[in-house]
Amino acid sequence: MPILIDERTRVLVQGITGYQAEFHTQRMLEFGAKVVAGTRPGKGGTAVHAVPVFDTVAEAVAQTGATASCLFVPAAAAKDAAMEAIAHRLDPVVIITEHLPVHDAVAVMAYARAQGVRVIGPNCPGLTSPGRCKMGIMPNHLFRQGPVGVVSRSGTLTYEIVAALTRASIGQSTAVGLGGDPVVGMSFEDALALFGQDPQTEAVVLIGEIGGSAEEAAARHIAAGFPKPVVAYIAGRTAPPGKRMGHAGAVISGSEGTAASKIEALTAAGAAVADLPGQVAGLVQARLRA
Amino acid sequence: MKLHEYQAKEVFARYGIPVQRGVVISRPDEVDRLDLRYPVVVKAQVLVGGRGKAGGIKLAANPGEARRHAQAILGMSIKGERVTRLLVAEAAKIEKEYYLAFTLDRAARRMVAIASAAGGIDIEEVARATPERIAKHSVDPSLGFLPFHARELGAAIGLRGDHLTAFAALAASLYRLTVQEEAELAEINPLAVADGKLVAVDAKLILDDSAAFRHKDRPTNEEMTDLERAAREAGLSYVELDGDLAVIGNGAGLVMSTLDVVAHFGGRPANFLDVGGGATTENMTAAMEIVLRKPGVRALFINIFGGITRCDDIARAIAARPPRVPVAVRLTGTNEEEGRRILEGAAIHAFIGPEEAAQEAVRLARGARS
Repeated sequence: MPILIDERTRVLVQGITGYQAEFHTQRMLEFGAKVVAGTRPGKGGTAVHAVPVFDTVAEAVAQTGATASCLFVPAAAAKDAAMEAIAHRLDPVVIITEHLPVHDAVAVMAYARAQGVRVIGPNCPGLTSPGRCKMGIMPNHLFRQGPVGVVSRSGTLTYEIVAALTRASIGQSTAVGLGGDPVVGMSFEDALALFGQDPQTEAVVLIGEIGGSAEEAAARHIAAGFPKPVVAYIAGRTAPPGKRMGHAGAVISGSEGTAASKIEALTAAGAAVADLPGQVAGLVQARLRA
Repeated sequence: MKLHEYQAKEVFARYGIPVQRGVVISRPDEVDRLDLRYPVVVKAQVLVGGRGKAGGIKLAANPGEARRHAQAILGMSIKGERVTRLLVAEAAKIEKEYYLAFTLDRAARRMVAIASAAGGIDIEEVARATPERIAKHSVDPSLGFLPFHARELGAAIGLRGDHLTAFAALAASLYRLTVQEEAELAEINPLAVADGKLVAVDAKLILDDSAAFRHKDRPTNEEMTDLERAAREAGLSYVELDGDLAVIGNGAGLVMSTLDVVAHFGGRPANFLDVGGGATTENMTAAMEIVLRKPGVRALFINIFGGITRCDDIARAIAARPPRVPVAVRLTGTNEEEGRRILEGAAIHAFIGPEEAAQEAVRLARGARS
């Protein structure tokens, strides 16, 4: 079994009429995801790639039985759209949108917690369970089904490492992109907890980067008895302090958030930490055999 | 975006937070025209920390002394940042120093209020050495920061009587500011007791860039270099570094890792440019133009993993205007064969593996150096 999404997931795409959303809806359908509905206020009654479009999430859920939502809504309207999805308890709510204001993200996460809904992102590539479902923008052709769970704060670095795994004939159970913002919903620990219980997942690849302390928290989770091997890679070893390295959340502030601290914590917890992204697949292979 | 102290104090004053009277000047002779009560403090307005230790803050008993300090500090370089403005403020007779801030707690996904009776020094140091001297309150965004939260926080750092009441009102104002201005950090260090009253002697404000669209009245971002600003206007993410190898990649994590791989093989990145997901030929052309504008660049490393980004689009940009310095290209993913063919037409070899491409880039930068 994959985690979070599978062949039973009925996907709603919020903001489906936008350029990016339309493009990626097509890719999700090609991947085999059950995209059952879209929303765009004012465009109810139309369709995108034969997917019916509704004005409200309430109507979309009532008429199509959508269970999860993927947001391509522009930043200025994304908080409202996320609240709408959370109000109707779609789960997970995947926020692809970049540049969501931090105070909006804080409000969204508080409401999601109150409603018991899992939010992934914002500023993330979404998640992919090969052979079953995809929500988001990860390139279809990179994946194959298999035993490795992937959880990451970076999009393209995930693609790089997943492609290397697939080249080495190591498939994936689910790849989850957590997002590059300072405030995101799902954390490494949340994803690890799910991978830990998932019978399909035999090992986990954790891709972190500078900023915050999410990797250190993940290390504590691993040290507390995580049952499967973990291979990690941390980007930003040479990043200067105080500079935002492309992601809003990738910044070393004061003494917090350095790659060294994350690598040390993960290594001490028993994870194998690769020096170069190209070493990850080999480290995984060795642990799958063991 | 980080504001200068004087800008932050202007915002604080708008929210009724007491700050010292002061004026911003950019020439020493402006001191003569100031209507301030002496002694005054002359403070360098720079965005980097540690200006006091660097000699950027001086006390002056009279206008002559203030002018001499202004002369010395203006034009000074503090951690590479040139001082072009000074804040001249009436000095406070400080009886006691506290600390108060609202900042983002990433792990809790909430804002947190932090207060301490150990003000005036580095709060990270206080947190490390004497964590018991720090009081915190995690703000539930659905409740907000209520008056009783403020009183509890003040009481926890030992405030009593009028000071406690004044602190609670001030903390409530600072929270209102944090939310309305969409700050990631609003910090007062020190929050001083002077002449029996609370006053913000220093002020630090970092505003959320993503919220800028709702705040048209914000001052210009002075944190960025000219190239960083040009990149932002082109919709690209750029960071200036101090080496000689320009680096372009797609996706923040991939570019960060590219810098690490370059350093691993002994290279020194000159900059960091993320063309983003779904980069077009135009984005790539703009990206090359920006990274090569930096003086001292000896070679260029382009590391593209085509997912949504198409390798042929990237190759077209490179082939149309081959860079003026030697270039190493790593190109793989969507439409890779077409991209490779286009580059070969321009006599540029494209690598598939990022590590061999990085080694070639480092070699090119070295070769150009000799």
